[in-house]
Amino acid sequence: MHELSIAVSIVDLAQEEAAARHVRILAVHLKLGPLSGVVREALEGSFEIAAAGTPLESARLVILETPIVVLCPQCQAERTAPSMQALRCPDCGTPALKVLQGAELQVTGLEVEA
Amino acid sequence: MTASPRILEVRRNVLKHNDVIARELRERFRQAGVFVVSLVSSPGSGKTTFLEKTLSLLRPRYRVAALVGDLATENDAARLARSGAPVRQIVTGTVCHLEAEMIRGALGDWDLAQLDYLFIENVGNLVCPASYDLGEDGRAVLLSVTEGEDKPLKYPPIFHGADWALVTKFDLAEAAEFDFEAARRNLTAVCPGAAVLTVSAKTGKGMEEWVRVLAQRGRFAEG
Repeated sequence: MHELSIAVSIVDLAQEEAAARHVRILAVHLKLGPLSGVVREALEGSFEIAAAGTPLESARLVILETPIVVLCPQCQAERTAPSMQALRCPDCGTPALKVLQGAELQVTGLEVEA
Repeated sequence: MTASPRILEVRRNVLKHNDVIARELRERFRQAGVFVVSLVSSPGSGKTTFLEKTLSLLRPRYRVAALVGDLATENDAARLARSGAPVRQIVTGTVCHLEAEMIRGALGDWDLAQLDYLFIENVGNLVCPASYDLGEDGRAVLLSVTEGEDKPLKYPPIFHGADWALVTKFDLAEAAEFDFEAARRNLTAVCPGAAVLTVSAKTGKGMEEWVRVLAQRGRFAEG
């Protein structure tokens, strides 16, 4: 269960940005890939705990789950893998040695008061 | 009337702090000429026994050392020290995984140029260590035959990050009715690039192959 420490990092990072830009944060937008090793539900619960007592107390965490994009060596093209349990090309079934996307754990945007 | 909120674009990796230290460590390892391998697995898969055996087999030929993470005790370090290799313990307390900062702290000013191989034994946990780069050159994930063939499907991120998948306690495979081909299929599904090896630290079977794999990947092998 490392989601709490990750949630604390997200809150810290957002507060830092908010202070630098003199804004009040309404929501934090996060890109989350399945291969990041972070469980969405655990992170959502942890975010509430981490935000309590901070200026982000009532802010929302908006999670955008990213697909796993692989490079198929056979098709020589980018493909979306069916799941974490099947890192292969959905068209030809070739195992994908190269994963291009799907491990994101990135704050991409802050929704702030206008 | 309230104005609608606006969105500020920010691109910041949440684990950047860890990633920065991991990059520094990787560079330090490269400059020192030490090849660093981390071991991850669930508790009880035989990491410490496996590492003890690995250290003993490498020691006649190479300069080896280990860092070992544990939640509460120093027992593992004491066991590993029996191999004669220098060992440092990292007691993580309540933290369920190792982070790059803990590695940096445990290394201190250790002169790594005196080493050929450094092993990092992570806390027994198949979930959290997946998210943290430790600056290692390669990551080995251990799966013991008593755990079942479908573990890779249950914990894909950690298996996905592996360079080597080591099926441990292989001497018990028959008794545990372990289906190796099924395990290999599952491992390949979540980590198509991993090399799959079967080992028994108890009987020594497969250990020479593992040592050979390491010898091929060490720094001196490259140059």
